[in-house]
Amino acid sequence: MRLTIHHLYAEMMNLYGDRGNVISIKKRCEWRGIPVEVVDVRLGERVRPTGCDLFLFGGGQDREQALLAEDLSGKKGADLRAIVEDGGVVLGVCGGYQLMGHYYETPEGERLPGIGVFDLHTEPRRPEEERLIGNVLVRVRLPDTGESREVVGFENHGGRTYLGETEPLGEVIVGHGNNGRDGTEGARRLNAYGTYLHGSLLPKNPWLTDHLILNALRRVDDSFELEPLDDAAEIRAFESVAGRVAGRR
Amino acid sequence: MKALKKARLPAAILAARVARLASRTLRTGGGSTVPGVVARRVDPRILARLSRRLPRGSAAITGTNGKTTTTRMVSKILATAGIRAVNNSTGANLITGVTAALVSDSGLTGHPASEVGLFEVDEASVPKVAAEADLKILAVLNLFRDQLDRYGELAYTGRVIASSFASLPPGGRVILNADDPLVASLGRQAKSPVYYGIDEPALDTGGLQHVADSKDCPFCGTPLDYGSVYMGHVGVYDCPKRDFGRPEPAYRASRVRLEGARGSSFLLSTPEGETGARIELPGLYNVYNALAAAAVAGEMGVGLAEIARGLGEFGGAFGRVERVRAGDREAFLLLIKNPVGFNEILRTFVTGADARNVLIAINDNDADGRDVSWLWDVDFEMLADARAAGRADGLPPFMVSGIRAEDMAVRLKYADLPVGAVIPDRREAIEAALAATPPGETLYVLPTYTAMLEIRRALSEMGYTHPFWEDK
Repeated sequence: MRLTIHHLYAEMMNLYGDRGNVISIKKRCEWRGIPVEVVDVRLGERVRPTGCDLFLFGGGQDREQALLAEDLSGKKGADLRAIVEDGGVVLGVCGGYQLMGHYYETPEGERLPGIGVFDLHTEPRRPEEERLIGNVLVRVRLPDTGESREVVGFENHGGRTYLGETEPLGEVIVGHGNNGRDGTEGARRLNAYGTYLHGSLLPKNPWLTDHLILNALRRVDDSFELEPLDDAAEIRAFESVAGRVAGRR
Repeated sequence: MKALKKARLPAAILAARVARLASRTLRTGGGSTVPGVVARRVDPRILARLSRRLPRGSAAITGTNGKTTTTRMVSKILATAGIRAVNNSTGANLITGVTAALVSDSGLTGHPASEVGLFEVDEASVPKVAAEADLKILAVLNLFRDQLDRYGELAYTGRVIASSFASLPPGGRVILNADDPLVASLGRQAKSPVYYGIDEPALDTGGLQHVADSKDCPFCGTPLDYGSVYMGHVGVYDCPKRDFGRPEPAYRASRVRLEGARGSSFLLSTPEGETGARIELPGLYNVYNALAAAAVAGEMGVGLAEIARGLGEFGGAFGRVERVRAGDREAFLLLIKNPVGFNEILRTFVTGADARNVLIAINDNDADGRDVSWLWDVDFEMLADARAAGRADGLPPFMVSGIRAEDMAVRLKYADLPVGAVIPDRREAIEAALAATPPGETLYVLPTYTAMLEIRRALSEMGYTHPFWEDK
């Protein structure tokens, strides 16, 4: 069994250490003897699922968001929608997360359409409002396992995201989250996850990384189990940030 | 009323001097910004007044990487040419720091002792400084993603800088790095811009690094065709749709030879002619800094021979690259600002066996950038490759420190590199790292900005160096 990581727009969406998420998934598979292939899906290229896939969709700058919205408006966006509906594992971070909703409105008032797998939209920051920046501590509840665990990350976004019917990924303990108002952070539907957290997200939250890997592998073998790894260093990194952030409550 | 106005300038200067003395006595810092704040409060027009009295006007240098080094290089060249320059060399690069530098250069009557002002200016502060100081030259070095959580996005930063071009006096010159597409694109908004760049196909890294920021045409968004990529997104490029291309540089480095820690040599071509040049500083990024310095000095009318001599005699800028003797060992401090700079330092020192003893210190204070995601954009994997190739046999593992020591340790783990001691406290870390360095060897310290200040202070308290404002 070989896992394919499809890194969407790796050539442009390289902000905020998306690469940390790719490396995290790749190494945690390799350390367990699971082969991994990383495929960059560039502007103008279609996604080509292999049956055992994980899709990563990272954050970009405003000008790039417009190019991506256009690129996603055709067959590629439809393919991604079908993948999510079929239970495919997708993680969208920041700009990628925004484009998984109905639309993202730029500060200039232009509405960039998203692929609409989440019932949400993103409004621009008003002139009197600040960008939402800082360390974040979030409580995430995963319905399939009933697990409730904390996640740390760093957010930096001007846009304010408002959820419709879609469930949030978690509730903000410290930080701003989707919009700084309603205490929600991110979104989750089937096996698709969206979040504003980078920092990078996965390296310091190894259980979440393993959750994504396991969901992807179980699409091929539903009894698959992951061997445990020694996560002492990752847990220390998590705790050092969580401790500091929580201290500022 | 008029008499009151007249008294305002000397009052402002006097107030600033008292503030500087107080700031140094109380050890609140280098005393390099506070006097500017005080002077501007007493006389808000003080920068405009003083800068108009500089016989040769002022030059400002901005960009994400290399401002301090480039400014110090120009300063050295001007000194070689016998021109007295005032500069804000201690990294105080907001308008208050620029004001403070001019105030400390001026007597109570408000007449600067120097002939020319030479300022490194923070990207976001360029419009304010340009509106007040009479800038004959504005040089833009590069725009890399750096502390994005402070200034938002690169294209926006470019627009902010370009908005200041209209404030330049008639005959004012904009100097731009031709090899950085976003910087070069600002030339469309400048009157007769001057470009500098490197032509050395042998330096092509063969592809864009993971950290490359501006890889698309700034005008149409099409991915640029790169003939050469030198570092990050910097290289020789062309828009496939012909909307934009790398401008022809008037100041050019070719036949570039990088000789690791010993420095670099290159052929310097300018509108005045060609000459061989040597710099003592390591790394390709310092060739760019030298080239920018040559362009600034050249546009000020300094001759080619003085430029080459000044560059050759230049020894380094505070904190960016600095050697400190620590008893029978040496500490080599290399400031880490962002992934591109980090990669260059790793490529220059650490992939070979030069750097045996390494301490990395990552802080996440405002001045460091609060988001440490960028650590994942640094190519630590190249070190694992070097180890696999047997070039690093028997080397001790890296030590890590800083507020984000644990993040750094995880980053090394995921690059399959062994992690040594993890000591978040900066003072304990530098003590332990020096103790672990065998006598006669060099400890390479790779700190972010505030970690560097802390380590420097610790070294100073251990008796190994001087406080930075005494650094000349």
